[in-house]
Amino acid sequence: MSESEKPVTMESYIKLCAIIFTLALGAIGCMIWVSFLPHYSWTAKVSLILAIATGNAFLVAGYLMHLLSEKKLVYSVLAFTVFFVIGLAGLTIWAMNDFPPTTAVH
Amino acid sequence: MEIPYTVENRPDTGIYNAKLGIWLFLASEVMLFGGLFSAYVLLRTGAEPGMWPHGWLDVRLGTINTILLALSAITTLLAWAACKVRDFGKFKFFHACTILLALSFLGIKSYEYHDKFIHYEIALTNGKFADGHLVEKSADFDLKNKTGSVTIHGRIVDDRKELMDLRTPEARAAKLDEVTIQAADIVKMQNYGPWHNTYTAIYFTMTGLHALHILGGTIVIFYIWAFNRKLWQKDPEHFTNRVEVSGLFWHFVDLVWIFLFPIMYLT
Repeated sequence: MSESEKPVTMESYIKLCAIIFTLALGAIGCMIWVSFLPHYSWTAKVSLILAIATGNAFLVAGYLMHLLSEKKLVYSVLAFTVFFVIGLAGLTIWAMNDFPPTTAVH
Repeated sequence: MEIPYTVENRPDTGIYNAKLGIWLFLASEVMLFGGLFSAYVLLRTGAEPGMWPHGWLDVRLGTINTILLALSAITTLLAWAACKVRDFGKFKFFHACTILLALSFLGIKSYEYHDKFIHYEIALTNGKFADGHLVEKSADFDLKNKTGSVTIHGRIVDDRKELMDLRTPEARAAKLDEVTIQAADIVKMQNYGPWHNTYTAIYFTMTGLHALHILGGTIVIFYIWAFNRKLWQKDPEHFTNRVEVSGLFWHFVDLVWIFLFPIMYLT
């Protein structure tokens, strides 16, 4: 049964929204704080910031979009999409530096 | 003829048709933005060391916009919940908030774009670079004929690389003044529009496409908010499903921004 079919009370949703919004604010604050840390490498900072952003995205997708309690068909559609996005992006990045030996790089 | 499965779930899919439709649409949107994010990664990793801009955007404005979108995602969900408990008044209130938050987001984005369009980088004949916001051009200013002068609020640097990272202690400590430059001393003058460099090109492309999505979503939400009262009275569950579908799109737009904000403003 998807979330949209469960009995809804305004109070429970206001409580859920308050929690999600507080966590989202925390995530935003953490990302900004990490970006200004002086003694970490760029790679470490980007990895940490993207990890926090992914956590924030999970909250939005999981709870606000009700993805944690969706139907199998929706998961299948998303699984195919993620497969193709990762596949296409991955192939492009993998082939990024795959030049013939005589290629002049400016 | 009645359109089937607008309210009840289809036996084979388990969901109503519009919901399946919006998820398929969102899948295509993931591919679209996924391609652009891949392009960003390629451009960034392919840039020469020290030549990818850092700190060019105002983190405060980006943060405010992020909070506005997060808040609008909340009000969207509460608008749907209000429909579920059959409280049309609360639905109207929460979706009015969503619309106002979306318009505020677009207002701030427009201000940021305007700021980039009046921000100039000027290559000088002595090999130095002037950089700052346009204050005024003299009435006879003409770059081709080398007449007149231009005044900017900014600074002059020896090396263009100094303009790339504005988060360095030196860049932060730099004093900005009004600088007047004669047209005869200018080799090239260009604002920070999409044509300026690869960074501004991908910045305007991605945030512009995202802003178009915000605009589209706002129009749909406004339509449901303003013109769907009859449907609410006739078939509240159908109306609620419309709110849910538009809400799913809105949350997706929020999701895209959750990644756009850090990659453009913070890293």
